[in-house]
Amino acid sequence: MDFSVFFQPAFSGGGIYLDWVLSGIKWTLLVSILAWIIAFSVGSVLGVLRTSHLTVLRAPATVYVEIFRNVPLLVQMFIWYFVLPEIVPKSVGMWMKQGMPLPEFWSAVLCLGFYTASRVAEQVRSGIQSIPKGQTEAGLAMGLTRVQVYRHVLLPMGYRIVIPPLTSEFLTIFKNSSVALTIGVLELTAQARQISEYTFRTFEVFTVATVVYLLITLTVTVAMRALEKKVRVPGYIGSAGK
Amino acid sequence: MIEMKNISKWYGSFQVLNDCTTKVEKGEVVVVCGPSGSGKSTLIKCVNGLEPFQKGEITVNGVSVGDPATDLPKLRSHIGMVFQNFELFPHMTVTENINLAQIKVLGRSPAEATERSLALLNRVGLSEQAPKHPGQLSGGQQQRVAIARALAMDPIAMLFDEPTSALDPEMINEVLDVMVELATEGMTMMVVTHEMGFARKVAHRVIFMDEGRIEEDAAKEEFFGSPRSERSQLFLSKILHH
Repeated sequence: MDFSVFFQPAFSGGGIYLDWVLSGIKWTLLVSILAWIIAFSVGSVLGVLRTSHLTVLRAPATVYVEIFRNVPLLVQMFIWYFVLPEIVPKSVGMWMKQGMPLPEFWSAVLCLGFYTASRVAEQVRSGIQSIPKGQTEAGLAMGLTRVQVYRHVLLPMGYRIVIPPLTSEFLTIFKNSSVALTIGVLELTAQARQISEYTFRTFEVFTVATVVYLLITLTVTVAMRALEKKVRVPGYIGSAGK
Repeated sequence: MIEMKNISKWYGSFQVLNDCTTKVEKGEVVVVCGPSGSGKSTLIKCVNGLEPFQKGEITVNGVSVGDPATDLPKLRSHIGMVFQNFELFPHMTVTENINLAQIKVLGRSPAEATERSLALLNRVGLSEQAPKHPGQLSGGQQQRVAIARALAMDPIAMLFDEPTSALDPEMINEVLDVMVELATEGMTMMVVTHEMGFARKVAHRVIFMDEGRIEEDAAKEEFFGSPRSERSQLFLSKILHH
């Protein structure tokens, strides 16, 4: 094993291979965090709609979830990057291919975000549905509107209940971001592969990539644990974090 | 105050309420009893529109509950409701529970709401529990908070849906005491309960329900003196043993 490879001058770009690794980390974090923001907000809205008593709201959300979570992520990545510019109006398509800055990056962010949104939606839905019906009735009985019941009664508890599964989704988004390499985003896995191709130090390079992924995900796990503890409801049975 | 005319309700093809007609005058305490599955809870939930009904008409203070044009949240804010399982919101403190609708529905300022909440907590003997969360309270204490929460809206009538059924025996009286006090103060009350002691003490009328039908609707003295239907006689003999 020889980790000095990371301090050798890189094949191109003027720096050392460590710079490639750092750049890969930067893009992995950017893709994942931006995608998570989309996934969490879109997923929350969809999850709420999935619990609506109105079919006009519930049905479209159900269709969305079933499509986005049942098509392989890799296929979705290709659709966003290769197919979408062909099916939108020609001028928009041209702009996506030539005018838009960082097309691979934004395709990856949107793809990962909207894919994960379908999974977040299911978590949010299950969280809301695990709350007894009486809570909604109590909220309505005191004169709150349905929107207010969601805002003040259902969502605060629903989110708390699903923090553990949401943590898993958040971790998965970092790992799934590696799929973005297939459309040319030079994130961590892509950089690792590139360095190993130039240096033949496969073992060292992927060891480092593995450790970096672990560090990122463990940080997320610890942060989510802290969040869970912070919002824990005193005396509430079933909340974690002793 | 509350007037029900020929209320019928179906779940699919199953009829839960069958042509129920009754009324509750201002200042009157009406106890609704009957075997489980007889439609008592469903009937009381129709009064504030928590359960929709297919036939008949209910008016509260002259406002029709079933009319689609009725502002249900506004109507409900005038009718307090207490549930079998308390239905306090677990993520809020006791004070926050009582404040919520005062602020969000009645538009009181937080300071005003808190002042009222603390006064009501004092009234139900729970001043010291104000900063706690519901999960840290006993069942009896939670139900007293729930009553205070309903009273905070200055209701014109109170609905109780089996308020003591989920309580340990030693906690039933602390809740009944609060309810008796309310009744003697002249609150209009509709109470679904099996507590015949409570009915004897403060009820003006007793309604006996069976299989979705109002079998008996009589003044208290008449009901406990000589129930006319065989079914209510049988029911009474079963529950008055203990």
